[in-house]
Amino acid sequence: MSRSHVVGDTYAVTTRNLIAYRRVPELLVFSTIQPVLFVLLFRYVFGGAINVPGVDYVDYLMPGIFAQTVVFGAIGTAVGLANDLQSGLIERFRSLPMARSAVLTGRTLADLVRNVFVLALMCVVGVLVGWNAGNTVGGFIAAMALLLLFGYACTWIFASVGLAVRDAETAQAAAFPVMAPIVFASSAFVPVSSMPGWLQGFAKYQPLSVVCTASRDLLLGTNTGGHWVLGALAWCIGIIVISAPLAVLRYRRSA
Amino acid sequence: MTTPEGRSDAIVVEGLVKRFGDVVAVDGVSLRGERGKVLGLLGPNGAGKTTTVRVLTTVLSADAGRVEVLGHDVRRDPQTVRTIIGLAGQFAAVDPNLTGRENLRLIGRLTHLPKATVGPRADELLERFGLVDAANRPVRTYSGGMRRRLDLAAALVHRPPVLFLDEPTTGLDPASRLGLWELIEELLAEGTTVLLTTQYLEEADRLADHIVVIDKGRVIAEGAPTDLKATLGNTVAEFGFADTATAAAAATAAAPFAVRPPTVAGTAVHVELADGAHALLEVLRALDLGGTAPEALAVREPSLDDVFLSLTGHHAVDDADTGEGAR
Repeated sequence: MSRSHVVGDTYAVTTRNLIAYRRVPELLVFSTIQPVLFVLLFRYVFGGAINVPGVDYVDYLMPGIFAQTVVFGAIGTAVGLANDLQSGLIERFRSLPMARSAVLTGRTLADLVRNVFVLALMCVVGVLVGWNAGNTVGGFIAAMALLLLFGYACTWIFASVGLAVRDAETAQAAAFPVMAPIVFASSAFVPVSSMPGWLQGFAKYQPLSVVCTASRDLLLGTNTGGHWVLGALAWCIGIIVISAPLAVLRYRRSA
Repeated sequence: MTTPEGRSDAIVVEGLVKRFGDVVAVDGVSLRGERGKVLGLLGPNGAGKTTTVRVLTTVLSADAGRVEVLGHDVRRDPQTVRTIIGLAGQFAAVDPNLTGRENLRLIGRLTHLPKATVGPRADELLERFGLVDAANRPVRTYSGGMRRRLDLAAALVHRPPVLFLDEPTTGLDPASRLGLWELIEELLAEGTTVLLTTQYLEEADRLADHIVVIDKGRVIAEGAPTDLKATLGNTVAEFGFADTATAAAAATAAAPFAVRPPTVAGTAVHVELADGAHALLEVLRALDLGGTAPEALAVREPSLDDVFLSLTGHHAVDDADTGEGAR
């Protein structure tokens, strides 16, 4: 297998997955409706009751919304792979002289591109409700890059889920109970200091919280020493290093 | 490759075993597919047909046995095997969100056709399979028959010399089935080697040069369609005579050649013959000599369903789900 085939095959599969997002816009709409509702809910309903010292609540909230968006969006990776297994398309791919890796990397790269669009949309929604979009352009770009990296890491976790459960409905049902504590027992919507002591350790250092805190630091220009950013990078790279080989192994066995 | 008998076998399977947990799906299957011929793999659902095809197409790995396509071992050299095979499955593995043209172009890219030929090859296949009008529509709008045609076209994109058709017409209506059979027959005329699995006896009879019957993961019979019938089924001859007396006399004359005593119903005599044409000739000669030549004669060859019944004790499609369900 030559290197050019790996690149060409990955590009072909990525394009194929992106066509599906373009042609079935419901896939995108459903993954954006929920975060938009959360923005409205927390900005206008709960936000007034949540006190975060030293920062406007909307500026605290939006990085949490972005992180939540890419985590829930990763369910789409599981659903897409489960559908391809179920329809027999992956069986055909296995019988072709294509790069073995292209099915998974093509999937996760397409979902990375999807996240670019969804995050851009959420930024617009944020600005509409009064988000300041960061204090510097560099900080904004760095925060978005970090959130996309985090989203990419999550798609690798959910690639394994999709290959394991083999049907789209189960993938969705299996994902929620796992994701709910990650998304809600976090610093995404409220400061961890408001939580009971036994929960604070988990809530402060679990990956989504670390990514939220790091994104806020980058956007607001706070904590420029950057140990949260380094922590977030470590989480993302750690997740990819562990979950990508697991997904590849799962793919090899899922015939 | 060439066997000791001097035959050129494109497909070689020897002692293939495949287990899924405790279930032995394929239990020592051996078969050979001659180059340029159609090997029919006939059996009910769950017989191990699809599993055998999945091993041959490198989708699954075998637990034991030797499996080769055009001399290339599927375990040692899967990537070469993938360049010389095409797979069309019963599950119509095309992307429902892509158009017909996009599906064929995707396969063209993934089989590494030269860039300039990907588009023309897709158009050529769309033309040939009658999908030009639907070429730019997402496949989810296609009928079942159109999907199967596209699936077959997708298997042909890189012009593979060996083609695997896994229950190509399962679940199709009779008209679509007939259309697909005609397309497959055209392919055969071009010299493509084919392994066809089917649970339709008529399909194996019509398309295959050589049939391997499998049941519960084992080969239970094989031969040319006509040989299988001659060995295992009885030819039924229905004679009509001018009057009942002649009919009765004729039944007596035919009795020595029949597998069971002929039955007489008015002027009609029903005779079951073991070895087909030869026995029929004997009967006709005897009738002619005895001055009881028939007015009418109808001969019915045994169906492959009769063959299956006598081999396994159950009908070929008894518990089979003939739809799209079980794998």
